[in-house]
Amino acid sequence: MSTVSHTQPRLPTRSSVLLEFLGSMNLAITLLVAVAVASIVGTVLKQNEAYQNYIVKFGPFWFEAFKSLGLYDVYSAGWFLLILTFLVISTSVCIYRNVPHMLRDMRSFRLNVQESSLRAFHVRREWTLALPLAEVEQQVSAFARAKGYRVRCKDHGDHRVVAAMSGAANRLGYLFTHAAIVVICVGGLLDGNLPLKLKEMGGQIKIETRDIPAAEVPRESWLSVKNPSFRGSITIPEGSAANIAFLQLRDGYLVQPLPFKIELKDFRIEHYETGQPKSFESDLVITEPGDPNGKPLATTIAVNHPLLYKGYAIYQSSFNDGGTRMQLKAWSLGRDKIETQAVKSAVFERLKVDTPQGPMTLELDDFRLFNINPAEEGSKKRFRNYGPNFTFKVRNAEGEAREYENYMTPIEFEGRSFFLSGMRSQVSDPFFYLHLPADAQGTLERFMRFNALLRNAPRVAELALETTRRTFGDVKLDNPNLIQEVATTMQRLVDLFARGGFEAIDAQVKQSVPEAQRAQVLDAYLKVLRNILNTLYLDVLKAEGVDTAAGVSARDGQFYDDAINALAVLPQYGSPFFLELNSFEHVQASGLQIARAPGKNVVYLGFALLTAGVFVMFYINHRRLWFWLREGAAGTELLFAGSGNRDQRDFRVEFERLAQALDGQLGSTGRSG
Amino acid sequence: MSVTQHNMLEQFDDRALWQRLNMFDWLWALLALAGAVYTYAHYADLMDSFEVAILAGTTPALIGLGWAWKPMRPLTLAVAGLSLAAIGLYGSSLGAAESNFFLKYLIASQSAVMWMSALYVLATAAYFFALATRSEFTGKVASAITWSATTMGLVGLMVRWRESYLISPDVGHIPVSNLYEVFILFSIITALLYLFYEGRYRTRALGGFVLLVISAAVGFLLWYTFDRGASEIQPLVPALKSYWMKIHVPANFIGYGAFALAAMVGIAYLLRYRQDRRAGGAVVDSRLPALEVLDDVMYKAIALGFAFFTVATILGALWAAEAWGGYWSWDPKETWALIVWLNYAAWLHMRMTKGWRGTPMAWWAVIGLFVTLFAFLGVNMFLSGLHSYGEL
Repeated sequence: MSTVSHTQPRLPTRSSVLLEFLGSMNLAITLLVAVAVASIVGTVLKQNEAYQNYIVKFGPFWFEAFKSLGLYDVYSAGWFLLILTFLVISTSVCIYRNVPHMLRDMRSFRLNVQESSLRAFHVRREWTLALPLAEVEQQVSAFARAKGYRVRCKDHGDHRVVAAMSGAANRLGYLFTHAAIVVICVGGLLDGNLPLKLKEMGGQIKIETRDIPAAEVPRESWLSVKNPSFRGSITIPEGSAANIAFLQLRDGYLVQPLPFKIELKDFRIEHYETGQPKSFESDLVITEPGDPNGKPLATTIAVNHPLLYKGYAIYQSSFNDGGTRMQLKAWSLGRDKIETQAVKSAVFERLKVDTPQGPMTLELDDFRLFNINPAEEGSKKRFRNYGPNFTFKVRNAEGEAREYENYMTPIEFEGRSFFLSGMRSQVSDPFFYLHLPADAQGTLERFMRFNALLRNAPRVAELALETTRRTFGDVKLDNPNLIQEVATTMQRLVDLFARGGFEAIDAQVKQSVPEAQRAQVLDAYLKVLRNILNTLYLDVLKAEGVDTAAGVSARDGQFYDDAINALAVLPQYGSPFFLELNSFEHVQASGLQIARAPGKNVVYLGFALLTAGVFVMFYINHRRLWFWLREGAAGTELLFAGSGNRDQRDFRVEFERLAQALDGQLGSTGRSG
Repeated sequence: MSVTQHNMLEQFDDRALWQRLNMFDWLWALLALAGAVYTYAHYADLMDSFEVAILAGTTPALIGLGWAWKPMRPLTLAVAGLSLAAIGLYGSSLGAAESNFFLKYLIASQSAVMWMSALYVLATAAYFFALATRSEFTGKVASAITWSATTMGLVGLMVRWRESYLISPDVGHIPVSNLYEVFILFSIITALLYLFYEGRYRTRALGGFVLLVISAAVGFLLWYTFDRGASEIQPLVPALKSYWMKIHVPANFIGYGAFALAAMVGIAYLLRYRQDRRAGGAVVDSRLPALEVLDDVMYKAIALGFAFFTVATILGALWAAEAWGGYWSWDPKETWALIVWLNYAAWLHMRMTKGWRGTPMAWWAVIGLFVTLFAFLGVNMFLSGLHSYGEL
């Protein structure tokens, strides 16, 4: 590309025009820019997401438009590969056209240089010397050699030329870097998913999009066990084994069988003292069923420490729950007495449950042993472990689901303990947390008793009447029904509160009271409600055997406030029961990535070439010196000139220095051009 | 401050390296070798083969660097002296940072970084003052401040390295693992590259421009420290626990530093170009170096940056092959590294084969910095991916 061609001008043929175009700098730069722009598109638009997400983001029209352009997987889109192919072709043509003369240039000393060309150089110097020509020739040759140049001489009859050259390897820099691009792209192509795409276009394979067990996946979605290059992943629970991997492709996957079986013995997460994860490790056993004298290979892999096994690389890439077995206790929330049910299940199981709101499905999704959260302000530690939790969905007959995240043990905040349960109705929403106060024994017992009492209409009625009577005491009443009416109001308020929280009462007031009196009425209602809730709570305490004669302890008082806060939001909780985790047997799963990349070594060769080439190109300067000698009338005429192919500025300085040194050596100061 | 023929020639001593070495050079080599031998004799048991190889490679590199660029020697000695002093003062307890005067106000890592920050900003002002008043003395002071800032920055990193081990041996790691640490690294490397060219081209006129970008980095660093508490040492996530990190990150930052330098020289070029054009052919008595010199520095910086960025990207690919199961995954960070690489590859092609020079190349170098900046920061801020260690 860089050097002017030395061949004779010929009439352009069609193929030479094509070569000219393919090897042109303009095309190369255009392609570089095109690759860069296409790459930007691929980073701005998140690649290989579920198609559903794109539809939500762009709407159906643009979704289809972008899909047909292959924008969801830019880097394996046909047009992108086409640009890369052209880049490879363009670079190859460049190499083809330039390398021969570059290699010649590396060897040629240009001994036939003309005097006139030397005079056209920017840097040159002339001497007329009293020394005989042969001696000058010998001196300058020795001089150039001493400066690290290779030297050749030629006698042209009327004049002699001493040509010197250094740093010819610079030309290899060009060859290495450009060859590297071709080599890397070819290696990358070997490992890319182009063959898969071709097979898919040819109808030999079909992407599976359904979420079904591997055994049920039809054969056309299975790849050959001999497939030379792929990158798949598999999640293996502890104690289980797998001999397949899944290749994620656009909105589906393919199944890649493996010639060996991977068994996961154990998966471990180690933590730093601060609670952040320190290492992820899997103990694996690899066995080859087909190999009778093959011994199982037991090994441990970790992040950054993969296993290389017979051309396959097995990486630790993620972790998951592997079906932790759990003992749960379901507390009903809407009954008038405490009802619990023991549930034995495991993560990934689906349970049918009958509830007052109809049949529902309980879907257990995940379990996490550690939950490291940022510590609250003022704490000495930065992080805090909230302990085990599990997530599940409660799905009704219509298929609508709410997702929950319940913590196993009560978590302390400001000296009070709460059972935490997060709830959300959209996966994209953050969890909204219910704080159920734990009693002195660290159980849900007291809260649940309070909750049940709230819904126990006869008992509420009884207590309401009792409270009203006590309040009015000996006061003489005009209306004999007043006590009963107040008690009924109380009971109705409790019912409203139990079913809809404070908001229900607020709504009731808005609906039935003229605006002018609303604030007043609401205030009165809340006073009455607080009064009866107090009574109900005292009833709960009494049932526990707490002596309340001398008043309620600060701790029990705090519990009351927390319980009211929880009860007020309980109607929005949405689940007819609360799941408490009593015990568990932790089963983890390790996410492995399995890859076979035969092009890797080719790519690495390209890397080596590229590195060598770049440094050679920038830091070795191909320099030439010429000494043109002639017997003149006044003595030996010496013309000294030179050129450097990089860094002309540095070369000028070097030349100047050489010329000065020659002045000294020849005992005469030359004339600069 | 212009470049004289004499000055230029001085640096082109064409005697063989062997002949140029004087007693101090040999003393330097001996010192570096003694340090390596001492380290090996005392700590060989604790080192794995990779670390032995690093030690074996660092020693000749340090000797060579000290031979090729003499000011590296006092810098290395000062950094080593101060760092060892800090390590000695720390003993085996981090608590010493609170009680010991020198640690607390000078050479505990956080204090050293604060000194570095203050000194770089001061140096920026000094360089511009020198440029405005043409005061050679102020220029020398500015250089001295920059050298001091660089020393403190390196001490800060060295001591931080030790501090991480004092927190707990399993927390200890080289301080190139998060945005806070690499910003310090970026400032130091950019400053060192600049100082190299300052010495080589005998001009301090570019100091203010280059230090401006360092001051910006320092501004970010301070915000990051005080607003986000980023200076706290965090243990490494498992994905970063790899020896590749130790070479991938510094190589990258030589690239970033060189690109930043080139961009700032590009700005100086554009200013100088405007001066020349206004003069309309008359000789300009400019404070800035000649266009030819600026063009040359810009090219050399980009060439150096490109070479190291190439190496860094390759190292990144080798690491990715070990950590993520593939040497190239088109992850946003990888892709942006490619974009940066393509950008400068195109720049170099234009200059070397098409012979482009002048303002377009200067503008391109400036724009290149923004592309680089996006690859360095923007990707972490706006795009998600595997490479999310440096999140804001």
